[in-house]
Amino acid sequence: MIGVGKMKQYTNVLDKPLSKGKQEVSLSAFAFLFSELVQYNQTQVDNIAELERRLEDAGYAVGARVLELLCHRDKVADSLEKGTEHEDEYMISEKELLVNRFISVPKDMGTFNCGAFVAGIVRGVLDSAGFPAVVTAHFVPMEGQQRPRTTILIKFTEEVLRREARLG
Amino acid sequence: MAPVGPRSGDAIFANVERVNAELFSLTYGAMVRQLLTDLEEVEEVNKQLDQMGYNIGIRLIDEFLAKSNVSSCADFKESADVIAKVGFKMFLGVTATVANWDADGTSCSLILEDNPLVDFVELPDTCQGLYYCNVLSGVIRGALEMVSMKTEVTWVRDMLRGDDAYELRVKLLKQVPEEYPYKDDE
Repeated sequence: MIGVGKMKQYTNVLDKPLSKGKQEVSLSAFAFLFSELVQYNQTQVDNIAELERRLEDAGYAVGARVLELLCHRDKVADSLEKGTEHEDEYMISEKELLVNRFISVPKDMGTFNCGAFVAGIVRGVLDSAGFPAVVTAHFVPMEGQQRPRTTILIKFTEEVLRREARLG
Repeated sequence: MAPVGPRSGDAIFANVERVNAELFSLTYGAMVRQLLTDLEEVEEVNKQLDQMGYNIGIRLIDEFLAKSNVSSCADFKESADVIAKVGFKMFLGVTATVANWDADGTSCSLILEDNPLVDFVELPDTCQGLYYCNVLSGVIRGALEMVSMKTEVTWVRDMLRGDDAYELRVKLLKQVPEEYPYKDDE
């Protein structure tokens, strides 16, 4: 019989049954890991824009896979709004974005936002689903609150808008 | 000797905030891929992962002590047990088995059957020398160093390399006596 005596339980990762996705790890384990990711990337760049771009790239790799898994099954954002000024812009806002929970940005790093990682995830998902877009993360100060909320701004490319118009 | 705290991390894990394990493993995967692209040499990536783990370990021990209610362990055996049953459970939601003690009780194996780092992972031929989970060995080394134990942590078995489990060998090199860090006249 083929495969008998092999040490490997599964010859290929694709043969494994897909988990239900209900497994969890502690938030701090994720935070520790994410912090190392950011620190490592900081050693590889000279400026903030570059750092955000690298985090976004890492996020993109996650996003493209998340889509297949529908990983964020039960995660609901605080609000999704259509941009008021532009037809092609959408915003996702969160009071305290998961990755920004334990992050404080030093003054000398200006507008750096770790949400770039999440923006990358969103872009990865949209891109794989056939909705290429430019996605960016921004801090938005909230009145009466100490910490700003994070808004993920999604700007679809023209080709998406043209296609939607044609279909609509 | 004061009794050690809980024998299982279940209750602690149930009370801490958690995130989806797939998000965790995909994020880790994205990081490993970045390292492979940047550093090119698999050996360098192993080193970097171990260093990152160490950085995590020296900070993670604080949270562990604060949340676990574990008082000081009498000996290395007890420490290993606590890491396997409480430590792994508290952070990763899985437990490890302690086995294969050597005769003088200074080295043992932590065996993991379930490992949230490796969901969806398969090593391509070009990365056969990669210790994908090397971050874990760094975490254990870093955390133990903060509680006065110098250790050496190596991989014995790795399912990504075709073994039937994940086995980490933890060897106690030196127990550093605790001392007050400042002299009186300084």
